[in-house]
Amino acid sequence: MEVIFILIGFSLLIAMIFLAAFVWNVRSGQYEDTDTPPIRMLFDDTENPES
Amino acid sequence: MTSTPASAPPAKPHTDPNAPVEHFSYDNKIVWMFVIATLVFGFVAMLVGVLVALQIFSPAMNLDTPYTTFGRTRPLHTNAAIFAFVGNLVFAGIYYSLQRLLKARLFSDTLSRIHFWGWQLIILSAAITLPLGITTSKEYAELEWPIDIAIALVWVVFGINMIGTILKRRVRHMYVAIWFYIATFATVAVLHIVNSIELPIAALKSYSMYSGVQDALVQWWYGHNAVAFFLTTPFLGLMYYYLPKAANRPVYSYRLSIVHFWSLVFIYIWAGPHHLLYSSLPDWAQSLGVVFSIMLIAPSWGGMLNGLLTLRGAWDRVREDPVLKFLVVAVTAYGMATFEGPMLSTKTINSIAHFTDWIPAHVHVGTLGWNGFMIFVILYWMIPRLFGTQLYSKRLANAHFWIGTLGILLWVIPMYFSGFTQGLMWKEFDADGYLVYNNFLETTLQILPLHHVRALGGTLYLVGLIVMIYNVVKTVKQGKLVANEPDSYPALQHNLTPDGKYAWHRVLERRPVQFMVLSVVAILIGTVIEMMPTFLIESNVPTIASVQPYTPLELEGRDIYMREGCYNCHSQWVRPFRNETVRYGEYSKAGEFVYDHPFLWGSRRTGPDLHRLGGKYLDSWHYNHMYDPTLTSQGSVMPRYKWLHENKLDVALLPNKIAAMRTLGVPYEAGYERKAEEDLWQQAKAIKLRLDKELSTEGNAVQVPMDTEIIALIAYLQRLGTDIKAVPPAGQKAEIGKSLSSK
Repeated sequence: MEVIFILIGFSLLIAMIFLAAFVWNVRSGQYEDTDTPPIRMLFDDTENPES
Repeated sequence: MTSTPASAPPAKPHTDPNAPVEHFSYDNKIVWMFVIATLVFGFVAMLVGVLVALQIFSPAMNLDTPYTTFGRTRPLHTNAAIFAFVGNLVFAGIYYSLQRLLKARLFSDTLSRIHFWGWQLIILSAAITLPLGITTSKEYAELEWPIDIAIALVWVVFGINMIGTILKRRVRHMYVAIWFYIATFATVAVLHIVNSIELPIAALKSYSMYSGVQDALVQWWYGHNAVAFFLTTPFLGLMYYYLPKAANRPVYSYRLSIVHFWSLVFIYIWAGPHHLLYSSLPDWAQSLGVVFSIMLIAPSWGGMLNGLLTLRGAWDRVREDPVLKFLVVAVTAYGMATFEGPMLSTKTINSIAHFTDWIPAHVHVGTLGWNGFMIFVILYWMIPRLFGTQLYSKRLANAHFWIGTLGILLWVIPMYFSGFTQGLMWKEFDADGYLVYNNFLETTLQILPLHHVRALGGTLYLVGLIVMIYNVVKTVKQGKLVANEPDSYPALQHNLTPDGKYAWHRVLERRPVQFMVLSVVAILIGTVIEMMPTFLIESNVPTIASVQPYTPLELEGRDIYMREGCYNCHSQWVRPFRNETVRYGEYSKAGEFVYDHPFLWGSRRTGPDLHRLGGKYLDSWHYNHMYDPTLTSQGSVMPRYKWLHENKLDVALLPNKIAAMRTLGVPYEAGYERKAEEDLWQQAKAIKLRLDKELSTEGNAVQVPMDTEIIALIAYLQRLGTDIKAVPPAGQKAEIGKSLSSK
């Protein structure tokens, strides 16, 4: 069952990448503001401003 | 509910008033190209789906050709549905939303085109190779090694194009959908590479690097995560874009969406072993899979509720707006499938549900309900915008919704009944301790009426798609493709270093070709490093003394078994339940599969398990059964494999196969490839003579040719699961048990 160590290794590798991305996210202030982004994405329609 | 959109800042709140406004355009053409591919391949995938559904109860629907028989068309259906229909839509949906969320045109038009045409070529090659029986036999990863390499390369092109776009973005904040897209790219790349490590032996033939139980684990680690990261994360990302857009409301809780994303990606990757419960996979690995599968319900339902609650205050519009109707059913189906998944992962329910129609029912709630309906949402919403017009007919879209919903219900409800029925029939003992349904065929025939309804459901779903295609064609005709949609937005200041120079990635993004070459090199280095350990593990493959490598003829027979896709209907994995050991024989042990490159455990029992088939019937029984199954089994729904009795056995690759197996750790002695063919014909002759004797009646001496494929297949089938019985009885058995449990 040695292959399981490889799979765990890769799973951890992926998890580490995500962890690093998460740390970067928090540090770079991506989550400072959770109010504007969901609203802003509604307004990017150039040709079809329904609102 | 307290967050009020009205009080939020206006449209472009984060911009620096001094930043120069840049003018650019969005590439709508590439989105439209992927949309066309989605529609075309959606039609093909569902048409093949209906064909395979009909074959389950009417084997004559295989049209009597090998190319259209279930074992080959079922992988064609799954590959077309997942990678062509869903895949193309994912690319369309991502490319549309990514540009708008980031206020930037896609990184490179050239890469976009390479991505599009590369992906279509892969689909085309799949559509050719799968009906020809060219397959690795690993579910959802059936494509042979050259196509695997092409997939990896095109996937990298997609990744570069997406990451390049992110680097040149004008909106600093990366909306949650983009994180789902990134996770999709990164994880699928790793999964695909790890699972596809195989040893090529010819232009279109390879053997999996892993064997038996290890191969099974890698395959289902991949298989489960393909569902997670090809069918789930991209769609959650798309949901977070298209649902608020369609409802014209911000997502219920942005905070929840962030928690949803990070918890989902951290948990999903560990759940794969739940596909192998009660197999010879070590118990602790099975338990690990169960625990993580149950945990998964939290992030999944977090996302589902976040989606549904976004519709708060818009429920009145669900009545008229077909897009919202599709959305509600899609998100609900996601909730159902992700409730059912953890439930099916518990050992108790799995013991009944596994190998039955419950599993395809579960899968199709996800694919027809969640993926399919989300696809329709995106297409109905996006296509009019691509063409600067309105949808041609809301009534037709509403009709599509009801036809499709009815189709899903008629698909899954009979399959739930069918799964329960068959699962319980397999287990039923009478008062005297005998199996009530000793003949497996009875349990298959019992559920056939339900399969009629299922085929009707699938057909309805296809009809719905045709209605949509008509609607789309009409919509497109009344508008004009806005190939390059202009927009303007302030530049992102952090792209410049303090002394006014471009930051490193600003430099890179101006050199797409160099960027791509660098990335490919990085991926190749990674691949080599990844492969190192797999070469090391061969030496540690556990063995049982009596388990021997396949003979050359059996090896050829096994390849025919794979080519015909027998594993699509027959498992080779007897679970340690009383009903299974009574029905089939000794339960399967890990050590029995050590020479199986790849493993062929299967995942569905439309027919009985075959792991203990060897020696159960006469050679002539197999000979007749494969020619016409109803000769030996009245009412059987197995297709006829007449061509096996005519096709000459091709042994040209035999030396390569033996050598490759030796490389993979199968102990064929050095130089055996030169002697292998001689052994092959010797064994073939012995089978031929037995067949002649068994088939001949008085006054009618039968002469069976010995160089046909059926001889090799019989050799393999008669070998299945027999090695363990070859052990001298006294005391040996206990030792096998001991050596297995110590692993």
